[in-house]
Amino acid sequence: MYSFYGTWPWYISGFLIGAVMLTLIFFGKSFGMSSNLRTLCTIAGAGKNVDFFKFDWREQKWNLAVVFGAILGGFVAVHFLSDGSGVQLNPKTIEQLAAMNIEAPNGKLGPDSLFGWEAIKTPKTILILFFGGLLIGFGTRYAGGCTSGHAISGLSNFQKPSLIAVIGFFIGGLIMAHFLLPLIF
Amino acid sequence: MKFFNLIKFVLVGFVFGIVLTKSEAVSWYRIYEMFQFQSFHMYGIIGVAVCVGTIGVQLIKRKNLKNIKGFPIEIEDKERGFARYVIGGTLFGLGWGLVGSCPGPIFILLGAGFYGIVIVLAGALLGTYLYGVFKNKLPH
Repeated sequence: MYSFYGTWPWYISGFLIGAVMLTLIFFGKSFGMSSNLRTLCTIAGAGKNVDFFKFDWREQKWNLAVVFGAILGGFVAVHFLSDGSGVQLNPKTIEQLAAMNIEAPNGKLGPDSLFGWEAIKTPKTILILFFGGLLIGFGTRYAGGCTSGHAISGLSNFQKPSLIAVIGFFIGGLIMAHFLLPLIF
Repeated sequence: MKFFNLIKFVLVGFVFGIVLTKSEAVSWYRIYEMFQFQSFHMYGIIGVAVCVGTIGVQLIKRKNLKNIKGFPIEIEDKERGFARYVIGGTLFGLGWGLVGSCPGPIFILLGAGFYGIVIVLAGALLGTYLYGVFKNKLPH
């Protein structure tokens, strides 16, 4: 059964995400989270050496405001809107995870063995997280968007490039989840 | 941009952060479960979001709706191409499957208090930078 403090149902969540995208369009912008990574590079001074980062980052202030709001939202959702009953996985998934020595969620959004304070002191975990981030940053910029820009915005506008990108997302994700994760963990 | 102008974007982000956290789309576990085809949850979220988006975009186009400033809304088409979408998409997918977060959730999880995500963000920034450096040498 669904409750406000537990997992929100997919139909409500999907509706709200679609509404977020349309609201940004109504505000004269577009929904895309990965471009913020480029903006952050520009703010850090990457435009001095690399043309790709030479643009006025102030034009992207609105998107950084979205990011700021999203960070606040994550904080509020975890601290004030959760009763620890969430992340009820398929029992089969939990079994598979146990075989890789990854603990069951018990209400947590991410495994401590990957994101926890103890885990991120080990070189292996640091390497996994950093390399994962590297793929996300490089891949999304190369593809020109991520789940928000291609899967939600692009598919909603029947963009063929977005469909190709989303197929790519799943090729990568399936290879990782089925063949590489068992080797890594 | 004026301060009050930015507030509405903070609010949109705030809703986005809450929804992605409460729907557990930011959860490493949910992404793993999705790629194992062991739950409909994530597919339901993406599917409904795309349906709502499609209806909205079609309404905008057919009714020539205007944006908040009173200008007609124009939605840019994505650049044509193949290699960049397949290769870039697959590389991102590998990262998504490994650390379970796409760029939005990276930021949201910072707020949610997952320490490890700082390392993911550092990697993502370097990855973005490296793309900028090698952009002209890559097939697009």
